[in-house]
Amino acid sequence: MPKLIIDGQEIEFQQGQTVIQAALKHGIDIPHFCWHPKLSVSGNCRVCLVEIEKMPKLVIACSTLASEGMIVHTQSEKTLAARNAVMEFILINHPLDCPICDEAGECKLQDYAYQHSPGESRFVEEKQHKDKRVPVGPFVMLDVERCIMCSRCIRFCDEIAKDPELTFTKRGDRVTLATYPGREMDNPYSLNTTDICPVGALTNRDFRFHARVWDMSSTKSICTGCARGCNTEVWVRNNEIMRLTPRYNEEVNSYWMCDSGRLNTWKFVNAEDRVNSPQLRRDGLLVKVGWDEAFSAAASEIKLIGKEEIAFIGSAFATNEDNYVFAKFAKSVFGSKHLDFIRYTDPSFGDDILRRNDITPNSLGAELSGVAPSKSGKNIYEIIEGIKTGKIKALFVMEDDPVAAYSELESLFSKLDLLIVHATNYNKTTQLADIVFPAATFAEKNGTMVNFKRVIQRLRPATSTIELDRSLNGMSMSRLDKFGTKFDKWAQSTKRDARPSWKILTGLAAALGTKYKYQIAEDVFEELASAVDAFRGINYDDIGEIGIKIKKEFTAVEKV
Amino acid sequence: MAERIRKEDLNFLERLYIPEIVKGLALTLKVMFKPKFTMEYPEVKFIPPSSYRGRPVLVMEEDGTERCVACGLCSRVCPPLAIQVQAAETESEKERYPEKFEINMIRCIFCGFCEEVCPEEAIVMSKDYELAFTNREDALYGKEKLLVPVHQLQDRIDFLRNYK
Repeated sequence: MPKLIIDGQEIEFQQGQTVIQAALKHGIDIPHFCWHPKLSVSGNCRVCLVEIEKMPKLVIACSTLASEGMIVHTQSEKTLAARNAVMEFILINHPLDCPICDEAGECKLQDYAYQHSPGESRFVEEKQHKDKRVPVGPFVMLDVERCIMCSRCIRFCDEIAKDPELTFTKRGDRVTLATYPGREMDNPYSLNTTDICPVGALTNRDFRFHARVWDMSSTKSICTGCARGCNTEVWVRNNEIMRLTPRYNEEVNSYWMCDSGRLNTWKFVNAEDRVNSPQLRRDGLLVKVGWDEAFSAAASEIKLIGKEEIAFIGSAFATNEDNYVFAKFAKSVFGSKHLDFIRYTDPSFGDDILRRNDITPNSLGAELSGVAPSKSGKNIYEIIEGIKTGKIKALFVMEDDPVAAYSELESLFSKLDLLIVHATNYNKTTQLADIVFPAATFAEKNGTMVNFKRVIQRLRPATSTIELDRSLNGMSMSRLDKFGTKFDKWAQSTKRDARPSWKILTGLAAALGTKYKYQIAEDVFEELASAVDAFRGINYDDIGEIGIKIKKEFTAVEKV
Repeated sequence: MAERIRKEDLNFLERLYIPEIVKGLALTLKVMFKPKFTMEYPEVKFIPPSSYRGRPVLVMEEDGTERCVACGLCSRVCPPLAIQVQAAETESEKERYPEKFEINMIRCIFCGFCEEVCPEEAIVMSKDYELAFTNREDALYGKEKLLVPVHQLQDRIDFLRNYK
């Protein structure tokens, strides 16, 4: 491999790499605004200027191809002077908006102003004034004054979202970012521009002014909006999810995620209609009861039902752990064969960028974990048919809403003798249920999901429930979580009495006389890994932050 | 235990005590007619100088709105975590304002960091030192208690401009 020397360090590079890429690969961060690993090179911010020996002038590292024997200086006197000058130049027309700017705290310009700028401005004239608060799209707000004209967002729309919407108009210091006439930035990936915007010019309208970045904790998780399972960070303040941002995973989602996933997949976690504590139907109304009471009530009701008369509906929204224990519960405690889950597809959702038609996060995982009818068992359509004919008299539904999926069920469910539901929020099925168990959401439990590319990925708890303690359970903590006390106002937020489904089932199995020895989600996964070929030999550490791929031969599961 | 040794015995006059009592009364009498240092608090109130750090207050502009833009720096810098700010969007030019601004006066240590860090001169230390509560909820000062018209705070603002 060819080599070049950066700051006295010999570095190997691949032919065709630029200096900035070669440096970054070896942990040398050359400052940059307009360059982005996944976008074309634009070379307009000039902050990545470096000194290369035998070149007459300083060159920009982002567009200079590395070549054999090159000697690059990123910290030489000349480079630093140029960098300072560029920073001063960029800051000339940048408003002192940091106090009201949402980007503050995660702003590249702010960081570089501390690291690479003289800290003072010699510019005494009036700054350029441009439009502030321009809604460029349904989700994105533009502040033209803050824009440093790096053109990342323009290139993103052109190259990644494949929907050119933005452009620069005017020249010199009057350059303005704008949408094409009559257009707005409404592509399904528009909010990624707020992530790649190195300043606060493009901000998320949904998150705008809701929280400062330094007040939130961030937890590495995955998006549950479709079968892609984009890697995300869940940002939480005061036990309330504030926003989702994409997290880099080359295999799955690169740096991006879609707007639908970012905006619509977590609001139910904070919602008012969360199921809080187990509930039994008494005189037609759901009444809150304790866990033990709910378990014994459910157990005594279930005992009255024959094993051919009960069906189980798992969930492609639940984790592998939940589905595995659910299938085990159905098969070993009941000997029931009627076990399936509902598949959701939306042909209008998918595209050839990230979004998939399968709008459930874990349909492959649910199948692999064993949620499938056994031989001569009924699948989901036959279960519905069974309810119609009266053969199925009881239904156990985990984290799904069959009534919303199949509207004919609304009248059929009244025929059932028993309907037990695990639900995160009240829905059409809980309205008809006899017993409702509060299920923890994706943001409140540990677990794994398998995306359409067969990558097993981890969920981690980001918000705490009554039984999850932020510090004792090793959840990520914000500054306030760390230094406050439990008497503080920000510790007084709602903590729901919800449990992950596998834990609810463990309790219920115990009430029925079968002991499962699971203490934590990892115990369930260990057993899953020993029981199912696809997961064999894999543990939570292997999955780590970016997941691990299941071998192809294990996923040839028959489609129902 | 070592024996205590009296260095000098009292002399006759001292042993009488009466002259000493008279000396003491004479001093009392002398001080009674001198000008007083103490104040008849709470009938008479102490008005502190502008350098005094009383309870932090929010500056209210002439039009009745707060100057604060809810940047959250005071909350960030506050050593005892006494300040809680929730921002929201406003139609006015400053774009954001504090929807909620709460100072827990039980926690506040009157360090003045909030005032020092404020980019808008929107939170300043007032001259108010009369803070007593009968329960914890009363100690949570919301916007209604914190907002003080700017003309009442001019003294402190001028001080800050000169010395900060």
